[in-house]
Amino acid sequence: MTLINTLFPLGWQHYLLGGLTIGAGVALLYLFNGWVGGMSSVFSSSWSFVSKRAFFQQARFVSTRNWRLVYALGVVLGALVWRFTLAGGEAQHTSVPAWQLLVGGFLVGYGARLGNGCTSGHGICGLGSLQLPSLGAVLTFMATAFMTANLMAIFTKGLA
Amino acid sequence: MNPLNPHTLSLPKALVTLVAGALFGFGLSLATMVQPDVVLSFLRFQDWGLMLVMGGAAGLAMLAYKGFPRWFSRPLLGGQFLTQPASWNRQTVIGSAIFGVGWGVSGVCPGPAIAALGTGNTDILWALGGIVLGALAHGLTARD
Repeated sequence: MTLINTLFPLGWQHYLLGGLTIGAGVALLYLFNGWVGGMSSVFSSSWSFVSKRAFFQQARFVSTRNWRLVYALGVVLGALVWRFTLAGGEAQHTSVPAWQLLVGGFLVGYGARLGNGCTSGHGICGLGSLQLPSLGAVLTFMATAFMTANLMAIFTKGLA
Repeated sequence: MNPLNPHTLSLPKALVTLVAGALFGFGLSLATMVQPDVVLSFLRFQDWGLMLVMGGAAGLAMLAYKGFPRWFSRPLLGGQFLTQPASWNRQTVIGSAIFGVGWGVSGVCPGPAIAALGTGNTDILWALGGIVLGALAHGLTARD
């Protein structure tokens, strides 16, 4: 039991249950519609509504932009339901400073689109369909994320 | 609306997409992946929960992607079971490396950034704005 407490100081059940719920959403989208539901594509496909640039006007974005937007709307709704059922309606907050969120977000958006996938696209859908390139992508972003998060912890400790 | 386009969004398909997204968003929230502090504690080796989240989700996804095309000739609402082949090249490596740096700085990735609109975590709007701009910067500089 102590090993479990060390690995998961906040408990483990909600992690597994949450992961299975995410997987159920991905599976449902595939069973009924036949679509692969990674998350980061919506950030490119939605730009095709406003930018006439050839990159954004590719068929893979234009033909999927409607359902990707509906899918993202569903994510918002699901989070809203969680907030008002299990979280008591309180709005959430984070201690991560705004500049880290903005700069980190920019790199996340740029990198996920350049690498054609994020934690859900490569991590859940790519690994789920047993694709070696996705395994390579996951190992790559895990490695740089581990390094960055630990370096950030060392550098910002003096400021806190 | 072209009926031959497998991505055509009929009303039933739109409803399924909405429910699928809602399960995704509810699961992310339940697993506390919408809290950057929890994600960063995983990246700092203090809590291994994220492995359970990704393992549980990828495990079910694997059953779906391998099983459904075998058990059904087509998706229940028509169309075809699509695949999204990933390729291994310089862009995948460099893009994933940059993505990881951003993830390690912010503790936010695309799904949780969208879910933050539902959890009411307005702080994360900074990250959502960053992702929107980052995707734009990529599209404007991409050689296609």
